[in-house]
Amino acid sequence: MSILELQDVHVSYGNIEAVKGISLTVDEGEIVTLIGGNGAGKTTTLKTISGVRRAAPGTIVFDEERIDHMPSHEIVKRGVCQAPEGRRIFPRMSVRENLDMGAYSQKGTPPTEDYERVFTLFPVLRDRLSQAGGTLSGGEQQMLAIGRALMARPRLLLLDEPSMGLAPMFVEKIFSIIREINEQGTTILLVEQNAQMALQTASRGYVIESGEIVLEDRAAKLLTDERVKKAYLGEA
Amino acid sequence: MPDCLTTQLPLRLVGGLTSGSIYALIALGYTLVYGVLQLINFAHSEVFMGGSLAGLLALEALTHHGAQTNAIFLFVALIPGMLAGGVVAIALERFAYRPLRRRGAARLSYLISAIGASLLLSNIVLLWRGRNFENFPATVAPVPILTLGNVQIYNRQIIIVVAMLIMTAGLDIFVRTSRAGKGIRAVAQDPETAGMMGVDINRVITVTFLLGGLLAGAAGVLYGMFFGVTRFDVGFIPGIKAFTAAVLGGIGNIRGALVGGLTLGVVENVGAGCCGNQWKDVIAFLVLVGVLMFRPTGLFGEGVGAKA
Amino acid sequence: MIRWPKVGLFTFAAAFVSLIVKIRGPKAGLTVALVLVAAALIPAAQRRFAPRVDRLYQKRWGFPASLGAFFFACALLPIWIDVVEEELAVQIGLFALLALGLNVVVGFAGLLDLGYVAFWAIGAYTMGIFSGAGPLQFAHLSMWQIFPIALAMALITGFLLGAPTLRLRGDYLAIVTLGFGEIVRIVAENLSKVTNGSQGIVNIPSASIPNSSSFWRGIVSAFVHFENAWIHSWNALTPGAGRGTLPVPSARSLEFGVNPIPYYLLLLAVIMIMVIVIRRLNNSRVGRAWSAIREDEVAAEAMGVPTLKYKLWAFSIGASTACISGVILAARIQSIEPGTFDLITSIVILSAVVLGGLGNISGALIGGTAVTFLPELLRSLPPRLQDARFGIFGAVLVLMMIYRPQGIAPSRRRAAELEGGAAETHGPIGAGLPEELAAGGAE
Repeated sequence: MSILELQDVHVSYGNIEAVKGISLTVDEGEIVTLIGGNGAGKTTTLKTISGVRRAAPGTIVFDEERIDHMPSHEIVKRGVCQAPEGRRIFPRMSVRENLDMGAYSQKGTPPTEDYERVFTLFPVLRDRLSQAGGTLSGGEQQMLAIGRALMARPRLLLLDEPSMGLAPMFVEKIFSIIREINEQGTTILLVEQNAQMALQTASRGYVIESGEIVLEDRAAKLLTDERVKKAYLGEA
Repeated sequence: MPDCLTTQLPLRLVGGLTSGSIYALIALGYTLVYGVLQLINFAHSEVFMGGSLAGLLALEALTHHGAQTNAIFLFVALIPGMLAGGVVAIALERFAYRPLRRRGAARLSYLISAIGASLLLSNIVLLWRGRNFENFPATVAPVPILTLGNVQIYNRQIIIVVAMLIMTAGLDIFVRTSRAGKGIRAVAQDPETAGMMGVDINRVITVTFLLGGLLAGAAGVLYGMFFGVTRFDVGFIPGIKAFTAAVLGGIGNIRGALVGGLTLGVVENVGAGCCGNQWKDVIAFLVLVGVLMFRPTGLFGEGVGAKA
Repeated sequence: MIRWPKVGLFTFAAAFVSLIVKIRGPKAGLTVALVLVAAALIPAAQRRFAPRVDRLYQKRWGFPASLGAFFFACALLPIWIDVVEEELAVQIGLFALLALGLNVVVGFAGLLDLGYVAFWAIGAYTMGIFSGAGPLQFAHLSMWQIFPIALAMALITGFLLGAPTLRLRGDYLAIVTLGFGEIVRIVAENLSKVTNGSQGIVNIPSASIPNSSSFWRGIVSAFVHFENAWIHSWNALTPGAGRGTLPVPSARSLEFGVNPIPYYLLLLAVIMIMVIVIRRLNNSRVGRAWSAIREDEVAAEAMGVPTLKYKLWAFSIGASTACISGVILAARIQSIEPGTFDLITSIVILSAVVLGGLGNISGALIGGTAVTFLPELLRSLPPRLQDARFGIFGAVLVLMMIYRPQGIAPSRRRAAELEGGAAETHGPIGAGLPEELAAGGAE
């Protein structure tokens, strides 16, 4: 059954409509990817799910509850957390404090097993605990961003371009970790420009262009789709 | 050497540290709000005035029944003073800023709204209490308790400096370690991401104004105790000085506010010794202009949480 | 959900009207209520008539004709009003001029100047000192000779303040200018040898028309003739209308002295000149530079706009306008004291600009008129209320920013910016805050 459902979601910045009526669903336990080029509306869609942009009009249902008018902190409380585009680590907080920020919606100090889960996935973070977030390398920051989101114990994890700006070897690693997180029981909505990796990781995919969904199918099928190949996989 | 730099110097230093402590307490409010909203809360001087007035009213109520005042009354008066400061600050945020924030208004709008709120608040108090200075019931009788060379340091001065140090340290610890403090720092560094992490931004902003208000309220009561008077426009000059102090130390920076306040207090007091007391305010303004010209990010740089 | 702020606004308006009814009688109350309603309707009217006005202004003669008609009507005003109202008319002229100048600084260039009154003071003190009324009796110049000196003073002080501070971010600039305003006041209070300290300068000679100037004589007599002719025909055409027959003011000469009317006419002339100058500037590349600076200074700089230069321009024009107003003030009231030039006056002028509509020349004139009238309406309040009357300006500023940031008569170009449509270009408070907090703040 679907855990997240967007129905005809529109989002505008002033007079410019960035998202023009998107509908998509994410079922419990799967990895769904939303691929598209620059400025297609991917990030706006994720921000709208997180509640930092407003759908007008449009409905967003998470776990049978409408969340499209909730403030972002209420949405996090319900189990939706995001590792935003560009990582957005709090630069002047330590790694530990960054992780704690992920757990902000749960009052009190986070239980040790939550930290442990993050450290098992990203062992390097354990060595960096007291270092300021701003001093980490790009790859480490990406791990911290995902780890931070996991600290919220999300039921749905939103990942916005986790491969952006990373070395190819690192990209492979991040995607295998994404699969691992999914296998541990977290549903994932993955936004990517790296269509190849994203479609290999996800079970289903949506292709977004100029704020509209132009294709949706099983990921394996999209990988062989002529249009996708041409536009996103760099094949003739 | 002019005698303001020799024989008068110790006296001026002590006086400077005392008024500097009051500036520092007010400056913390500017710094906190600036850190979170990048907004100069121009009406913060009225928060100070509100605290001072509440302290006065509390003391008047207490002494109404003929009770003899003593130092304990000062601490009793601090409570309503701080509360009043907090309430005024939150009300400002709620009525003068939040509607603009909802609309995403231009920066200029906030400044104008703040100036308007400041004028409105001080005139309400003018209407209510009149134009005359009101005497603050004496709480702590001035007793010299320390003599350094040719200067006597009074108990009142020590109370002010110590109170400021305790409150600043408390604020520093709060912002560094508490959950709300982490929220404040997160919003200061990246509000959107803070929201995505589950931080209730409106609440963080309210808490920020509350903290600044509590401290400015306390400063208002301490000011009343030390200078013995208060009235509707009592916040104006300390407000600007405290702003200068915040900028001097690096606005948005808690320790900067402390150092900036003390530095400004000392500079203007020593300077006043050299040029005459009537030029005190001019000296402070010139310090402000000088800092903004030569080191606009202040002594310690900007940003809540940079050092904290 | 009840919109509390809106409720507050209506309560405020109702309370204000009932206050006026109480102190000024029902007729004044009705007038104020009508004015408030009219002010509320102006934007709708503007939308309705904007195309027509645009078409008019596109014609070559459109703007000069409407400007001429407006000032001609204003110049005729003294025919109908009595002495008290004449005083008020001068006051309005002084504040309209100030608002006009501040509008260039705040409205066009987007620089919040909270020490604007300092330039008014500099103008007034220049008049006081150079006319020989001050303790320094090194010169005994007439108001006309002092105008150029005051302009020079304005440019010098404007440059001295502006050059170091105009690099600063907006909110810093606001507080530095506030400090500057206070410094000027404190200096005036303490530099007794030059300014006579807190007692101020008294017995400043009023303006006079040099006997030798046949040009001025000509203008004055033409005006008197015209006024007389007008009154005669008015009386002939409308027996018993209005105030009854108008007295023929043969004795009401246009000598300056203590007579307010010449000052009023002088102010009108200055305002008209400034309106033309400022309008031309604003429609030239200077104006485009100003709006670029206002909307996004960094981008403007990157596009090669010398921002500091154009900010200094705005600052200097504002300063000169205020200085001229200050000179006329000193000549008119003949005595000045530092207390006149306090922060509240700066805020009142700012209110005028905000009330009228930031970035709009006619708005500034409307605002200047409004802020002079407002305290006047409250004149017969009990002393304490009278004392606190400036609180009204505070409330007006807050309410305007919440409900009508674009002012009574908005500049169409600026309305969108101030309402938040272009918030991201302003480096808004809470840029990047989630949308429910900062609607319209795009990435």
